[in-house]
Amino acid sequence: MSEQVDQGRRTWVAIACGAGAVGGVAAAVPFVSTFQPSERARAAGAAVEVDIAAIKPGEKLTVEWRGKPVWIIRRTPEQLAELPKLDPELADPKSLRKPDELTPEYARNGWRSRKPEFLVVVGICTHLGCSPSDKFTAGPQASLPNDWAGGFLCPCHGSTFDMAGRVFKNKPAPDNLEVPPHAYLSDTRLIIGEDKKA
Amino acid sequence: MAEFKQAPADAPAAQKFLTWIDNRFPLTKLWNDQWGQYYAAKSFNWWYIFGSLAMLVLVMQITTGIFLTMHYKPDAATAFASVEYIMRDVPWGWLIRYMHSTGASAFFIVVYLHMFRGLMYGSYRKPRELVWIFGCTIFLALMGEAFMGYLLPWGQMSYWGAQVIVNLFAAVPFIGPDLAILIRGDYVVGDATLNRFFAFHVIAIPLVLLGLVAAHLIALHEVGSLNPDGIEIKDKRGPDGHPLDGIPSHPYYSVHDIFGVAIFLTIFSTIVFFAPELGGYFLEYNNFIPADPLKTPLHIAPVWYFTPFYSMLRATNDLMVNVIAAVIALATVSGLLKGRFGGVGKLALGVGALVVIVLLKTFDAKFWGVVVMGGAVIILFTLPWLDHSPVKSMRYRPGWHKGVLGVFVAFFLVLGYLGAQPPSEAGNYVSQIGTLVYFGFFLLMPWWSRLGEFKPVPERVTFVAH
Repeated sequence: MSEQVDQGRRTWVAIACGAGAVGGVAAAVPFVSTFQPSERARAAGAAVEVDIAAIKPGEKLTVEWRGKPVWIIRRTPEQLAELPKLDPELADPKSLRKPDELTPEYARNGWRSRKPEFLVVVGICTHLGCSPSDKFTAGPQASLPNDWAGGFLCPCHGSTFDMAGRVFKNKPAPDNLEVPPHAYLSDTRLIIGEDKKA
Repeated sequence: MAEFKQAPADAPAAQKFLTWIDNRFPLTKLWNDQWGQYYAAKSFNWWYIFGSLAMLVLVMQITTGIFLTMHYKPDAATAFASVEYIMRDVPWGWLIRYMHSTGASAFFIVVYLHMFRGLMYGSYRKPRELVWIFGCTIFLALMGEAFMGYLLPWGQMSYWGAQVIVNLFAAVPFIGPDLAILIRGDYVVGDATLNRFFAFHVIAIPLVLLGLVAAHLIALHEVGSLNPDGIEIKDKRGPDGHPLDGIPSHPYYSVHDIFGVAIFLTIFSTIVFFAPELGGYFLEYNNFIPADPLKTPLHIAPVWYFTPFYSMLRATNDLMVNVIAAVIALATVSGLLKGRFGGVGKLALGVGALVVIVLLKTFDAKFWGVVVMGGAVIILFTLPWLDHSPVKSMRYRPGWHKGVLGVFVAFFLVLGYLGAQPPSEAGNYVSQIGTLVYFGFFLLMPWWSRLGEFKPVPERVTFVAH
């Protein structure tokens, strides 16, 4: 091979390679974009109206909102009385972490809801998205501490939440359960997904 | 181009045809390079069967998979029913489906044993680093293939397993939530997710897998297989230029492998015909319930082959992050005191460790759980550079090295067991110890692998004719 290098040609080869690479990356954009949620998926996020008259104290109703389970729990006075006592064992008792995402202003209180009696939370664990199971009965039981006061246990990785959806310390889940935007249209009708109409 | 060959005039028609082909395509050359005249040590023991078996299972998975796609429907509304349709209404559909589901577990059993063989005899040591790296990439691709395939039956375990794993990506700081949406194609696991996982499972990943398998074999046949003694047979050649301790793979290892295949298929068929669910380990019971986005089954666990890594994910809570930070601090202090490197290196070490510890405490334990789980697979890639033992094979390493390998394997199995169990406090502590042992085995290897009394390595392979 000759020692001489045609610098002019080498520059053009480099420019052509660079332009080709830019073109290749640009061509990848539409392909990667197809991974995004489709227009149909984006549109399917309407608010849900629920009649809560039939829920008895200590019971839970699950409704679907944006494909996720939303729980409406009517707490008993005993369950509400337990909540303040648990504060030292909780990771974020005052709902201070990511408040804009997880806890709307009207739920940043000791019971995390508009009305103390009714808790409205998205039933998806903040760890990896499983739906926790009801463990409303107090007392020792499998996978739970002996002084259990009632709440939720995530079957996937063992995170525990109290009756206000607040996560206990030293569990895989970093955050409390999300309180969705919600409002009372009347005493017995609840809307989930909007909080402006109240 | 090679010169044009001419078969003798009186040669049989088959030989003339082969010559015709060889003049146009290197068929005989390929066969001889890759198998027919590929010299392997004659001292292989039964640990060397798993490579061939992995190849067999790959072919079986592709064949059964093609036939399953002819009846399966990748649609959230009909997927579950279409699998039941294959099981009940398609003639012999149950057999194809059970072969495919059992084949998935068989693939991992065979691959885990294949990797353990490598660990035992040092098959990853120079010059076989790329063979090992291609192999680890195959393992990674296989995990993706298995995970995406598991969503397709659209049962409860399919759904919630995918939900958990996709949410792993959401734990990545800053870009995580958007990344998870990009993977799912929706705000929750849904029809879009199922449809794209189908595309990945049936075409994208299998193509990558086939390419990687070809690269793995080409690299292996370039450097040559190692043997249980961990010595290079190419160093001792006979007058014909072939290794004295080697033997052409065909027919010797062809016959060996066919015998191994017969034993494997006996066990495989027994499972397919008599226990295709294998007590809930190969097919989980909850997966016979259609996916319900509103209710997670009471006990969810991944399929057995993912459970060791899943245990490590579960083990990483705030306590574990503190332990990891403490271990890094200790390692740094000992590095600063005993390290044989200059002031700049020590400064870099100190600053680096401080940054890592600050990051550990900044991001959620959840994110570090994902890092630990991913790291447990990625760390395998670095093995050729972690092992500093002067001999390759466990046979000639100090007795306690076998003990270290044994403890590693035992903890890997314990992690696997715990990952299949519901979460418990005691189990979590054991998983945390197991996670430390797993990473300790690799990260401390540059030190422990050179300690102890090594035995003399023989000149020629240990082989008794039979």
